[in-house]
Amino acid sequence: MSNGQLPVVVVIGNGMVGHRFCEKLRVSGQFRIVVFGEEPRPAYDRVHLSEYFNGKSASDLALPMTGWFEEEEIVLHLGHKIREIDRQQRLVHSDRGVIQRYDYLVLATGSSPFVPDIPGVEMDGVFVYRTIEDLDRIKAYASRAKSGAVLGGGLLGLEAAKALLDLGIAQPHVIEFAPRLMPRQIDSSGSHALESSLKKLGLQLHLNKTTQSIEGHGRVEALQFADESRLPIDMLVISAGIRPRDELARLAGLAVGTRGGIIVNERLQTSDKNIFAIGECALAQGMIYGLVAPGYEMADVVATNLLGGNKTFGGFDMSTKLKLIGVDVASFGDPFAAEPDCGTIVFEDRHKGIYKRVNVSADGKYLIGGILIGDAAAYNLLLQTVNNRLVLPPEPSALILGNRDGASEGAGVMNLPDEALICSCEAVTKAAICTAVTEKDATTIDAMKKCTRAGTGCGGCIPLVKDLIAGTMKAAGLYVRNVICEHFEHSRQELFDLIKLHDVHTYADALARWGKGDGCEVCKPAVASILASLWNETIVKQATIQDSNDRYLANIQKGGSYSVVPRIPGGEITPEKLIVLGKVAKKYNLYTKITGGQRIDLFGAHVGDLPAIWEELIEAGFESGHAYGKALRTVKSCVGSTWCRFGLHDSVTFAIEIEERYRGIRAPHKLKGGVSGCIRECAEAQSKDFGIIATEKGWNLYVCGNGGSRPQHAQLLATDIDKDTCVKYLDRFLMFYIRTADPLTRTAVWLNKLEGGMSYLKNVVVNDSLGMGSQWEEEMQFLVDSYKCEWKEVVENPELRKRFSHFVNAPRKKDPELQFDNLRGQTKAQEW
Amino acid sequence: MLHEASGAIKWMAACRVEDVPGDGGACVLLEGEQIAIFYFSRRDEWYATENRCPHKQQMVLSRGMTGSAGPACEPKVACPFHKKTFSLRSGECLSGEDYRIRTYPVKVKNGRVYVGIPW
Repeated sequence: MSNGQLPVVVVIGNGMVGHRFCEKLRVSGQFRIVVFGEEPRPAYDRVHLSEYFNGKSASDLALPMTGWFEEEEIVLHLGHKIREIDRQQRLVHSDRGVIQRYDYLVLATGSSPFVPDIPGVEMDGVFVYRTIEDLDRIKAYASRAKSGAVLGGGLLGLEAAKALLDLGIAQPHVIEFAPRLMPRQIDSSGSHALESSLKKLGLQLHLNKTTQSIEGHGRVEALQFADESRLPIDMLVISAGIRPRDELARLAGLAVGTRGGIIVNERLQTSDKNIFAIGECALAQGMIYGLVAPGYEMADVVATNLLGGNKTFGGFDMSTKLKLIGVDVASFGDPFAAEPDCGTIVFEDRHKGIYKRVNVSADGKYLIGGILIGDAAAYNLLLQTVNNRLVLPPEPSALILGNRDGASEGAGVMNLPDEALICSCEAVTKAAICTAVTEKDATTIDAMKKCTRAGTGCGGCIPLVKDLIAGTMKAAGLYVRNVICEHFEHSRQELFDLIKLHDVHTYADALARWGKGDGCEVCKPAVASILASLWNETIVKQATIQDSNDRYLANIQKGGSYSVVPRIPGGEITPEKLIVLGKVAKKYNLYTKITGGQRIDLFGAHVGDLPAIWEELIEAGFESGHAYGKALRTVKSCVGSTWCRFGLHDSVTFAIEIEERYRGIRAPHKLKGGVSGCIRECAEAQSKDFGIIATEKGWNLYVCGNGGSRPQHAQLLATDIDKDTCVKYLDRFLMFYIRTADPLTRTAVWLNKLEGGMSYLKNVVVNDSLGMGSQWEEEMQFLVDSYKCEWKEVVENPELRKRFSHFVNAPRKKDPELQFDNLRGQTKAQEW
Repeated sequence: MLHEASGAIKWMAACRVEDVPGDGGACVLLEGEQIAIFYFSRRDEWYATENRCPHKQQMVLSRGMTGSAGPACEPKVACPFHKKTFSLRSGECLSGEDYRIRTYPVKVKNGRVYVGIPW
C-alpha cells in the first residue's frame, strides 16, 4: 500500500461522530486511517432513527455512500469489537483476531442505553432503543403486542413512544420518574403544554412514577410501581438515559470520571496524549454531551490538531429543537435561568398547547435562553440572538409574541454578524453561507447543502439558510426576478411604471412593446387592472383581456349563469329600492340572498338577460356594485350615531362617502372596507382592507386586514384623525398598494411582504417619507372624477349589448343546458 | 381544403367575422352542437372547439381567455371556472390533466366564418 509509511490513526467506533472524524481527517492524505466498528453496518444517522419506522430503510439512514471507505483508502473492520488497548506497544486487539498498530488512537465508542437495575429487565419483550438492530427487534415483537410502554420521558423516550405508535401500538404509555417530561430541557409549565398535546395524540403519560419491578412469566406482562399501582403491558422499551462506553478506556488504565466518561482536556486528549476521546464517551469539562452537534465539533477539534492546527473544545451550546410526534419542542441558551438573575417573559396558550418562555438579562439588554413548546418558529432567530449577544429591542416580549409592528423577520437574519453560527451540526457560519451564494452561485437549498453542508444535519436551520440565501441575493442584486408570467419579463410594479411612462393604453400595445407570444389568463387581467388603475377607461372596450367576470360585468356561477350585485353603499337602502330588487328578481326568476358585505345578490341570470336586468336596476337608481371585479366591493357600516345609543359618530354617512369615493377603482385584488361608529366594532372594520372606527376625538384608521382562509387583523395606521385626513391617508395608502402589489395580492399579504412592515407603511402614508403623498392624492382624485358605471355603458350601447348572448348565431336563444332546481321556494343551480 | 377533399367534413356557416371579438371567443349553435370559435387577431388565426369544458361539463369555453403557451406559442384557452387550459390545436389539456376537447377546422370566406363538422 502506497501510504504504508504514513502515521496510523486508529478510530474505535463507527458512529456519527467517529465517521465525521474520518471525513475531516481523510482529505489531507497525511494519515493512514483504520476504523473498527462493533455494529455490522457502517455509520448511520442515529438522530433520525425513528424514521426507520415510517418508511426509511437502513440504507436511507446510512451516512457514507457505498464504496466510500475504499475510495478514501480507509480500512474498515465492521463487526469487530476491540478487546484490548495495549498502550505500551500501541496496539489494539479485536475480538476477531485483528491486531493493529497505531500512532494515534481515537475513541469514539459512544454510549449505551442505561438500563436501571429493576427486577425483571432481562425478560422477553423488554428492549432498549439505540441501534438499527434494536429497532428490528422492537418491530418484530410489536407485531404480536397490543399494548406497550416506554420507561423514561426524556427526549429519546418520547421518540421511542412515537416509534411504538408508528408500529401500531395504540395509546402507548410513557413512564417518567420525574414530575415532568424532558426534565433536562424544559420547565414544568413547558412540560404541561407538551403533555396536553401528547395526550391528544394518544400517549398515556404517567409522571412521578417509580417502577419497582417488571412482572411476567419469561416475558413482560405488567409493570409494578412503588405506589402499588400496576400497569399490564405486552412490551417495554427502556429509555432511561445513556451511559458513556468507557469500559475499554478503564481497562487500558485511562482516567475516567466517577460517574463514567473518559476524561479529556480541551484538546480532547485523554490521560494518554496519543489517545483521544470524542462524542458521547468523552467527559469534557465534567460533562457528557449527548447531542450530535458537540460531537461533530469534537471530531473537528481532534482532526484539526492532528493536521497541525490549533483548536480547542470550549464547551458547546446544548440548544435543541425537534418535532416530537408533530409537536415542536425547543430549548436554547440557559432555559432555566430565573429571577433575580434575569427577567422571564412567558406566553401560554393552553388551548393550542403553546408555551413560550424567554429569559432576558436583568438589564433587559440580552437574551439568555428560553423554551418553546408547540410553536418553535422563532427558534433560529432566538438562538442567534443568544449566541451572538445581539442587543434586544426595547420591547423584548415581541420576541415571542411576534412583532406587532409587522417588521419582517428576514431583515433580522441579515443583521446577524458574519461569524454567527447558522448550522450548528455542520458548524457553518453566516459568512460561509453568504459567500457560497455570491461566489459559488449556491442559490438553492440543495446547492447550499452540496457547497457548505449547511442544513444536512438536523435540518433545523433550513428556514434560516433560506432567508440568508434570499437576503444575500437581494443585497447582491442577484434577486430572482419576480415576473408576471412567461409573456412578460417584468414584475407588476415594473409594468405599471412602464405603462404609465410610455402612456400605453391597450394590452396589445403593451404586449408588442414588452411581451412575447399571445399573452395568457395571467398577464391579460394583470395588465387590464394596471390600465384601469392608471387611465380608468371603461374596461368593456377591451373586454377579452378581462377576467371572465369582468368581461361580463357579473359573477359566473355553476351552470354558467351569472349573479348580479348592485351597489348598496354602506348597506343603506330605501324601501322603494328594495321593492325594485324584488320585482326584478321575480321577473327574471332570480334567487336572492343577502351578502356578507350588506348587499343583495341576484343569482341565476342568463347571460342574454344581463343588459335588461341592469337597465331596470339603473332605472331605479342603482349602479354596478363591481362584485365581479378586482375593485372596491363594499364599505360595510354599523348604524352609528344616527340610531345607536352607543354610536359616537355617523358611521353610515362616512361609509357611504368612502364607498362612493372609491367605487369602480381597479386594484391588484378586491378591496373591502368598514366603518364602525364605536369601539364595539359592529361593522367588523378590523377584518377589512381598510377599517375606520369612531373615537371620542375623531376616527381611528386601520389597514391591511383580511378575512378569508388566513384571517389577519387590520393594523392601526392613524389615531383620532378627522374625516378629511382619513380620506387623505386612504388615498395615499390605496395608491401605494395599487402601484406596488403583485397581481392578486390582498393588502394583508402585501403588507406582510413589505420590507419594514407597518412602521414603513406608516412612514410612507402618514409622514410622506417618499414624498409621493400629493401625487397619489391627485391620481386618486383623477380616478374618482373619471368614474363611470360600466353597466350603464353597456345598456346604452347597442353594439356592446350584442356581446351578451350565449349563441352569436342565435342571439335570442338561451343555453339549453342551463337548468335550475328548486330549493325553499327559489331556484338553485343544478349540481355539476 | 384537405378536410373538404377527404369528404369527411361538412363546412357550415357559423357566424360573421365581426361576431367574434378579437383575441377572444364566441359560441355558435350548429346542428344542435355548441361550438366555441376563437380569433387571434395578431396572428390572424381561427380556431374552433367544443364549447363544453370536460372538467365540470360546463358550456363556457367560448367565454374563456385565450393566449399562448411556450416558445412555440401553442394557442390555448382557459376555462373561466377553474382555469384549466386547453390547446386549441390538439384539444389537449395543458394544465397537466387527462382531459381533451374536440377541435374543428375553421375557414373564413367573404366575411363569413365556416366550421368543418365531421359527417
